[in-house]
Amino acid sequence: MSRVFHFWLSHRAETTALLGQHVLLVAISTLAAVVVGVPLGIFAARRPRLASPIVGVANIVQTIPSLAMFGFLLPVPLIGGVGARAAIVVLILYGLLPIVRTTIAGLNGIDASVREAGLAMGMTPRELLTLVELPLALPSIVAGVRVAAVVGVGAATIAAAIGAGGLGEYIYRGLSMVDTTVILAGAIPAALLALAVDGLLLVAERQLTTRRRRSGRAVAVVGAVVAIVALISSAALARRASDAIVVGSKNFTEQLVLGELVAQAIERDTGLPVDRRLNLGGTLICDRALLTGDVDVYVEYTGTALTAVFHQPVARDASTVFASVRDDYARTGRTLLPPLGFNNTFAILVRADDARSLGLKTIADLAPVAAQWRAGFGYEFLERPDGFPGLAATYGLRFSGPPRVMDLTLTYRALAAGQVDVIAGDATAGLIKGLNLVQLEDNRHYFPPYDAAPVARAATLLRHPEVRSALEKLGGRVSAADMRAMNYAADVEHKDIRQIVGDFLSR
Amino acid sequence: MPSAAIEFVDVTFSRPGLRVLDHFNLLVEPGNVLALVGRSGAGKSTLLKLVNRLLVPDAGTVRVDGRDTREWDPIVLRRRIGYVLQDVGLFPHMDVAANVMIVPRLAGWDSERARGRAGELLDLVGLRAGEFAARWPDELSGGQRQRVGVARALAVDPPILLMDEPFGALDPVTRVELHAEFRRIQDRLRKTVIIVTHDMGEAFALGDLVGVLDEGRLIACDRPEVLVQSKDPRVKRLLDSVTTLTRARGSTTRARESTLEREV
Repeated sequence: MSRVFHFWLSHRAETTALLGQHVLLVAISTLAAVVVGVPLGIFAARRPRLASPIVGVANIVQTIPSLAMFGFLLPVPLIGGVGARAAIVVLILYGLLPIVRTTIAGLNGIDASVREAGLAMGMTPRELLTLVELPLALPSIVAGVRVAAVVGVGAATIAAAIGAGGLGEYIYRGLSMVDTTVILAGAIPAALLALAVDGLLLVAERQLTTRRRRSGRAVAVVGAVVAIVALISSAALARRASDAIVVGSKNFTEQLVLGELVAQAIERDTGLPVDRRLNLGGTLICDRALLTGDVDVYVEYTGTALTAVFHQPVARDASTVFASVRDDYARTGRTLLPPLGFNNTFAILVRADDARSLGLKTIADLAPVAAQWRAGFGYEFLERPDGFPGLAATYGLRFSGPPRVMDLTLTYRALAAGQVDVIAGDATAGLIKGLNLVQLEDNRHYFPPYDAAPVARAATLLRHPEVRSALEKLGGRVSAADMRAMNYAADVEHKDIRQIVGDFLSR
Repeated sequence: MPSAAIEFVDVTFSRPGLRVLDHFNLLVEPGNVLALVGRSGAGKSTLLKLVNRLLVPDAGTVRVDGRDTREWDPIVLRRRIGYVLQDVGLFPHMDVAANVMIVPRLAGWDSERARGRAGELLDLVGLRAGEFAARWPDELSGGQRQRVGVARALAVDPPILLMDEPFGALDPVTRVELHAEFRRIQDRLRKTVIIVTHDMGEAFALGDLVGVLDEGRLIACDRPEVLVQSKDPRVKRLLDSVTTLTRARGSTTRARESTLEREV
């Protein structure tokens, strides 16, 4: 616990900003959900035949896992893509159900004689709604807002996967680095925030429910909430710079290091402000963000770009692959810059003990023992054309059962803990050293080259030629040993990534 | 001959599977109190809702001040008609003064004038404004709530008042008290009133005319002293129930009901 406090102290500005973003995300989306949900609820309450379809659709929306929802929205123009906007759209969709439901319940719960009295005294439908129905349904509606806001605080942690920021960034970063301290640094404030939101809105709800309307006090509570939100979110807004270069990264340690490396290189050489959208949830999200302009630059691997982005057949020659990918990027308005200097190919990893006792050196050595072994892979490796199916065919691998699928960063731990016996990791992973794992040689050259290279929007480089030269200067500077050392410092020694990268660039 | 304030001409109204009113005719003259008696489900509330156009007839015509309700702007029509319900329908989120002031406010009165009017009306219905204006509906007894309901219905001085079982939920003593109160107010204000009730005694206590509703038709409608001599067995059955009740009654309505007792 004291480690967590220490982390907060040393990341004060960042923690405040992330908390601010989190509050802002929840506040904006909850507010929008009220603006959409209450009228929708009123509409549904007026037309009982439409009520169950509306609630049904809202119900279905709520059962979609949030990560899947972000996936659905990725290719949608205007509301989709990457960043806070798409996150807010998803959070609004989640907030709708409770608000619509409680609005309907609140309106249906009104005594028929009260409504009849209003009509009979000559109220127009609008007067009836604003003077009688909404005031009486208000406590119920506020209860729905409370549920929506609390759900929102939770769902917003997942928004970090698409670069919307918020406390989820620590949770994802912690997961990537297998560092409980960082996970807790995000999870604890998120939980406290949920409790605080729940408590404040509960007070507001109670104030409204007691017949003796102290509307003054209810207003004060709402005012206090608004003030707190404004205060916290201003911290988030202050961090936003409009002309900033947006640097993205995927959601594993090496990518966080490379994202930070690119960011600091730009900051040092150009003095331009940099907005870090690190921890984006995977290759396709990064690529999409680069296309739409949500991100200006991130580091991609040539083999990944070839197969996962441009859907080309797997190729083995490094310079051919680089040229092909560079041309494909150029055709779509992006520029591939010179490779950083290391090849992060997939590494088939086993425990060092097993390698020693069974004399395993190459992947081919694995074939005879595979039948008794369990494999564990990340989601991406199972699907990619240069992933598991081709590997199994090339080396004739047949494991005891279908591979266990888990988060990439968890596979290292699972291997070290003996839950699986072979995994596909990154050749530059610091954990290989930290967890005493051994990489088997790809003696049949199955894996294509994965040279890391920054890819940037051509428009950004035209506007800021100094960014291009800063990125070109990084070419060839990072060896595989450098990369593994930086990953080790982050993953195993739990050093601060900014510090690691800063030290590296000052070397 | 003065034109009728409220007139039903050959009105038919059905709910799914049930004919509530069947070629129904009725005429109420301005300033008269018509008390309509019928068993529950006899269509009494429906009849009132046809007057303020909460419902419109399937066939036939309802006229208010000589004009078909279908031709009235419903909002304008309803502001001319005060409405008192059995379960009162006070707005639970407004205090007593705000409940009484709601119609004046809808009519665009400034709040000072509306507040003054609310005070007057609370005094009129026997609730001291200083004591009751700031109370909440759930702090009132049933009788007090009903008085507020009447005050609210009278707020913009509508020429017509509709009362749906206004005193039905009250204990007998309070009910008799409110009957007297109602006559006192009516003697001053001279509204055109339709009261519906399932209680013949109440009808006799309040009505200038008493009508008997049975199976969607008006089977009798006359002054109380004429009605008691009816030979119609359905009317007689209702009358029998009154005589047993009136013996236990308080004194305030005795004057009006004495005729009835003597003649039965």
